Amino acid sequence: MTAALQRAAAGILILLALAAVGSLWFPVSASAQSRNAIDAAPSMRYPLGTDELGRDRLARVLCGLRLSFLLAPAAACLSTALAALIGGIAGWYGGAIERIAMAAADLFVSLPWLFLLITVRAVLPLNVSPLVSIGVTFLLLGMLGWAAPARVARARVRAIAGSDYFLQARAAGTGGVRLFLRHLLPNLGPILAAQFWICVPVYIISEANLGLLGLGVADPLVSLGGMVRELSSESSLMTRPWILAPAGVLVMATACVHFARLKKEEV
Amino acid sequence: MRARFLVLLSSLLLAAFVTAPHESELRLCLHSEPRTFDPLLVEDESSEAVRYLTSGVLVRINRATQQPEPELAVSWKIFENGRRIDFQLRRGVTFSDGTPFTAADVAWTLHRAMDPALHSPIGDAFRAGSGDIQTSLHGLDSITIRFPAPLAGLPAQFDTLPMLSALSSARDKAVLGPFVVADHKAGNYVLLRRNSNYWKRDEAGRPLPYLSAVRLLIQQNRDLELRHFERGEIDLIGKLDPELFDRLQAKSPAAVRDAGPSLDVVTLWFNLNSAAPLPEWKKQWFASAAFRRAISMSVNRDDLCRIVWRGHANPASTFVSPANRLWVDAHLKAESYSPDAALAALKKEGFHQSGSTLYDREGHAVEFSLVSNAGNPLHERALAMIRQDLSKIGITVNTVTLDFPSLIERITRSFSYEACLLPMLPELDPIDHMNTWLSSADTHPWNPREKSPATPWEAEIDRLMRVQASTSDFHQRKTAYDRVQEIAREQSPMIFLVHPNVLVAVGPRLLNAQPATIRPQLFWNADRLQVSP
Repeated sequence: MTAALQRAAAGILILLALAAVGSLWFPVSASAQSRNAIDAAPSMRYPLGTDELGRDRLARVLCGLRLSFLLAPAAACLSTALAALIGGIAGWYGGAIERIAMAAADLFVSLPWLFLLITVRAVLPLNVSPLVSIGVTFLLLGMLGWAAPARVARARVRAIAGSDYFLQARAAGTGGVRLFLRHLLPNLGPILAAQFWICVPVYIISEANLGLLGLGVADPLVSLGGMVRELSSESSLMTRPWILAPAGVLVMATACVHFARLKKEEV
Repeated sequence: MRARFLVLLSSLLLAAFVTAPHESELRLCLHSEPRTFDPLLVEDESSEAVRYLTSGVLVRINRATQQPEPELAVSWKIFENGRRIDFQLRRGVTFSDGTPFTAADVAWTLHRAMDPALHSPIGDAFRAGSGDIQTSLHGLDSITIRFPAPLAGLPAQFDTLPMLSALSSARDKAVLGPFVVADHKAGNYVLLRRNSNYWKRDEAGRPLPYLSAVRLLIQQNRDLELRHFERGEIDLIGKLDPELFDRLQAKSPAAVRDAGPSLDVVTLWFNLNSAAPLPEWKKQWFASAAFRRAISMSVNRDDLCRIVWRGHANPASTFVSPANRLWVDAHLKAESYSPDAALAALKKEGFHQSGSTLYDREGHAVEFSLVSNAGNPLHERALAMIRQDLSKIGITVNTVTLDFPSLIERITRSFSYEACLLPMLPELDPIDHMNTWLSSADTHPWNPREKSPATPWEAEIDRLMRVQASTSDFHQRKTAYDRVQEIAREQSPMIFLVHPNVLVAVGPRLLNAQPATIRPQLFWNADRLQVSP
């Protein structure tokens, strides 16, 4: 059952990734306004209809997907790398270094990061392009998200450093670099991979939260989070159910990432 | 046993009476907690609603006719070109606690409003020239008020001055309006009960108000407010979002009313502060009236009204809405959408197009940021439309939305912005527009707190605004203010986009509702509103 689920999730993720990449060649711009086709229902011309400014919803979903699929994993990579570095150093050296690193992790976990993001976006120069602006947002997400994975990494490094095989390798005179490359890193890998997969949907949802506040991706770029804002009007769902598409894609993408992670954890 | 039964029965009846909504209770929503119940310190909309419903004033602007009408003053005379006003007060009026209303209360109210330690925004409206306001009482029902300099807008200015009691022991709670504050549950509701000492009667001699209570529910969420309305739990909704309006109209057409253009105007302006941290070439673009006019011509106002406001707005020609019948300059029409004419005007100024990009004479691509407040879908859509409109003449606009405090910081203190889109909420009389037009004003949008007018046309606007503020002669004032509007059109320091309509919903059990375009649009005639059982 789990294997089938994992295969299905992976298949959907691949399809979504292909759709995101394929959107580069999609003939309709996500920001082009057809002012005579406002709030149009799905049709041959507009398979998912148009939004309140006459923009093609399908083009926007694909564009949003591309942005989320590109930037969320990038931010997750950054978080995981920072977590491996800080957690690894803390677990390896222990003592005062470990205490300082974990105190910093506690501080980062307790930060009201949403307000911090809002503040940082507020002080950014206004003339930066939307792509740079959203890039900075995801960079911040990546830089702020290291704390929880770093705790896990530190605990794992401590466990590895105290394991029999590791002690035996040290007793046999294995050097630091070799210990790191042959004994520590391979055993740390699955933990870091799991942390990466946890971070990806978290960052996709975080961008959606910023989008809900109107502080997400700026026009002419589009994100799934920004599109989900339309759902705040409950009656729109009744009259235009196709506006659920971005939310459906968002849920599907994060669920697929989750199922893929389940499989990896089992491995 | 029988006594116990009677006690139980009476308790149940009492509980039912307290918990069930009273049949003549009007219910509507406030969108935030009132910040104050002191009528002289009111600044926010919710406190203003409570003040309007509870306070008595000498003169009231009829929201339907826009004319001042006698209220606690039965008559008035203006002397010395607005330096002095004499009021004859209504006799036999008492505060809600039974204390009689006299000329001494008027003097006390003015004294308190003008107290510099109080920082009353209402008091500011009465400051004309340097020196104190002098009052002389002539018996209990006549008073002369003398200002140190002529005050324009008399007697309408007294529409916002709530009369306080000089003698009542419950000074803050003694009111002259149709209702009194009976209960306030923070975050939940404000309950107003009928003022049994209210002086007004209807044409048949019946005491007003007809309503026994007004319950102001505190509800920020507009969707929930709409749901309350659909369930019949509230009777009125003011300021409906165009989308919600259309939604409600589709369900129950009789419930919604489009009262026409409001006094509000959605405005775009460029940062003209010479000390702003902007590149010199951008300052030169923004300082050019031809550039600003070209931007104005390139924005399709009809599309903004049709698409963003769903047809519930009108293209704006000036700061003054057509809803303001006295002060609008009817000769000015909204700028026509004409990207070709805009491009021609820009070319005359030395701009040129290469490919799909516009360049200035030094070769800088024309690109600027346009900022507005986050979380307002209408403004966000307007930004997107303006971005597309300007792209047609080769201008790149980076649209940015910021949280409101950050936006205010940028446009009033750091001046670290290029262009801004925000709504303005002008009052009826130009005397209340001084803070917008005077170059020295704190809220002069494009360049606040100028030490001296930066341009000759700003100096001329300053002069004209002072002229209209220093006389009570309507024609003189109107001539001066019309010229201000013409200069604003020629120079376009602010580009006026649309006047959103007043969109309201009125429940089926409410009688005598007459939505108006002037605030408060819905309950301005609260003493005559009725709810059918």
